[in-house]
Amino acid sequence: MSDINAHLADSQAASQGGLGSVGDFFALLKPRVMSLVIFTALVGIIAAPGSIHPWLGFVALLAIAVGAGAAGALNMWYDADIDAVMRRTAKRPVPAGTITPGEALGFGMTLAVGSVLVLGLLVNMLAGALLAFTIFFYIAVYTMWLKRLTPQNIVIGGAAGAFPPMVGWASVTGSIDLGAIALFLIIFVWTPPHFWALALWKKINADYAEAGVPMLPVVAGADETRRQILIYSLILVPVTLLPALTGTVGLLYVVANVILGALFLWYAWQVYRLREGQAAEAACKTLFGYSTSWLFIVFALILIERALGLAPFAPVIG
Amino acid sequence: MTKPLTNAPFGPEDMARRRKRAIAMALILAGMVVLFFVTTLVRLGSAVAERTL
Repeated sequence: MSDINAHLADSQAASQGGLGSVGDFFALLKPRVMSLVIFTALVGIIAAPGSIHPWLGFVALLAIAVGAGAAGALNMWYDADIDAVMRRTAKRPVPAGTITPGEALGFGMTLAVGSVLVLGLLVNMLAGALLAFTIFFYIAVYTMWLKRLTPQNIVIGGAAGAFPPMVGWASVTGSIDLGAIALFLIIFVWTPPHFWALALWKKINADYAEAGVPMLPVVAGADETRRQILIYSLILVPVTLLPALTGTVGLLYVVANVILGALFLWYAWQVYRLREGQAAEAACKTLFGYSTSWLFIVFALILIERALGLAPFAPVIG
Repeated sequence: MTKPLTNAPFGPEDMARRRKRAIAMALILAGMVVLFFVTTLVRLGSAVAERTL
């Protein structure tokens, strides 16, 4: 009898909330995604023409990071049903029961409003507006609408992950320039091959299918996904060179990216070519791992050029 | 007899978690104060001391 009472009390406590630790709330922010957002936003701040007071640059970066965390928390609130079904996400705080959906919603909304206000009032209004749009896009357009509706979810939804360097850039210039759009396009075109390489893994693919998420491999099959990965990779390589045309980067970036792009195409070709067995699975894992490092290196090259004082090309457009 | 506010079993572990959350929130709030204060100084610069007496 006492066991039953204890169980009931636990259930009541779980439904009322108040059981989450600081670590649980931190996990709601999707810290790994947040770290990539911080890095790309930092590159946007550094690459933008002009200058910003270092403290205001720090405030901008902090607000962008918290805004990204807010989007993560709101995503976990809305997607708790899907997360509970998928092995990769079942241990997240909401499906695990340590944080209630209401707590996740309240936490996410508070951070979202707070980060937008801080960026808008303390740095500039355009940056604040862009951050608000980014959070809106990730939650309303991607999470609530596209993710459960279309296999193109990751293509259009990828824009949300591509905005941070643009927000960082706007924090410095107060405008949206072609250089910022070039950085946006790199992440936007990189997202589909990166996530589809992950979605092709057998375990992940089975998870998406079980959760009813219409990822491309689930809806169109693995062969079509491989074809799309190759197409997007072919588009990605020239897109990566766009910052050279806008006068954002110099020779080091271009030379390194020709090599990095060729490697990306090689790994994408391997995914396209190898379709059965362990070799196919390994090719997908290799592309996923490489594409993660690739994005980091591409953006790090911009920082390296700035740190070394290497002059960018004269702008051809913009 | 006073009725408890909730039926939730807030044991020692739950209370310890709450305490850590409260400390984290206090630190964040203190950080916000510093953030706004320093930003005000940075944005206004020397104008921060210019006021009619």
